[in-house]
Amino acid sequence: MKKLVILAAAFTMLAISMNSYSDDDHKWKKWLGVSASDIRPVNNALYKQECASCHMAFQPGLLPSASWKLVMNGLGDHFGENAELNAEDVTAILDYLQENAADRSSFGRSAAFARNSNEQQLRITESRYFVRKHDEIPQRFIKDERIGSLSNCVACHVSAEKGIYDEHDVRIPGVGPWED
Amino acid sequence: MKNWLVIVLLCGVSTVWAADAAQSRLSEYTKTAKQTFSAERGKAFWTQNHSHNSGVKQRSCASCHGEDVSKSGKHASTGKLIKPLSRNTNPVSLSDEKNIEKWFTRNCKWTLDRECSVLEKGDVLTFLLTGVEK
Repeated sequence: MKKLVILAAAFTMLAISMNSYSDDDHKWKKWLGVSASDIRPVNNALYKQECASCHMAFQPGLLPSASWKLVMNGLGDHFGENAELNAEDVTAILDYLQENAADRSSFGRSAAFARNSNEQQLRITESRYFVRKHDEIPQRFIKDERIGSLSNCVACHVSAEKGIYDEHDVRIPGVGPWED
Repeated sequence: MKNWLVIVLLCGVSTVWAADAAQSRLSEYTKTAKQTFSAERGKAFWTQNHSHNSGVKQRSCASCHGEDVSKSGKHASTGKLIKPLSRNTNPVSLSDEKNIEKWFTRNCKWTLDRECSVLEKGDVLTFLLTGVEK
């Protein structure tokens, strides 16, 4: 009997440590108090390959689909950079981004982004939700060369690439953990 | 033992492929450039600064990639690490033709406000592949 309990416990631990990201998964992980993705992690190889050379591959669930369309149709001047792609790749990536955009995602934080963004918005950092969540961060923290700007998610949200933006996973360089 | 042999052979084959992507670009450029490419010229081009009408800081290839192509670079605005372009320190560099062209288009427009000529691309690629004796 004891063995069975140990085995069951081992299985549970294994299940928790496994990084599978189905929609239901993140809910029970949350319930167990385990840091779980609150935005669907990126799962598209082409998007990663083409869009994560200069910056993190921002999860599609951070912007509404209308914004992704604006971003992908303006790659010739992508926030001051040239990020041109051939038409075929633009279409394929835009399809992926729109299918998983904030307004089409069941993840809680994406829903918050969807409610607090507007259709002309290009930047994730412009959404009212994002602004509200970061308004207590002093400018002098952001100016640290390890951060540079609020669009550098991974500088402080150490598990941002996994879609985890929980405040328990925040470590501000030179400051440490941060609680609201 | 046999498995090891297969792995070693595959590694060898992939290195050859990697060499082919850049070489095949070069032979393509040669057709239109009708000139021999020069690593020296490529090196000079690499660090040459270009002014912009919009008033942004002068830009060169080295702004992001650094002057020493065997070392990592840093993206000028996001600060993200850019792996070395030299195969001496990054063996998988320049191993995809589509990728080479994509970055030439993007980066020439960012740096020079125009596309690069075939001669410029050939010179830079030659410089990246062979380096220049110090």
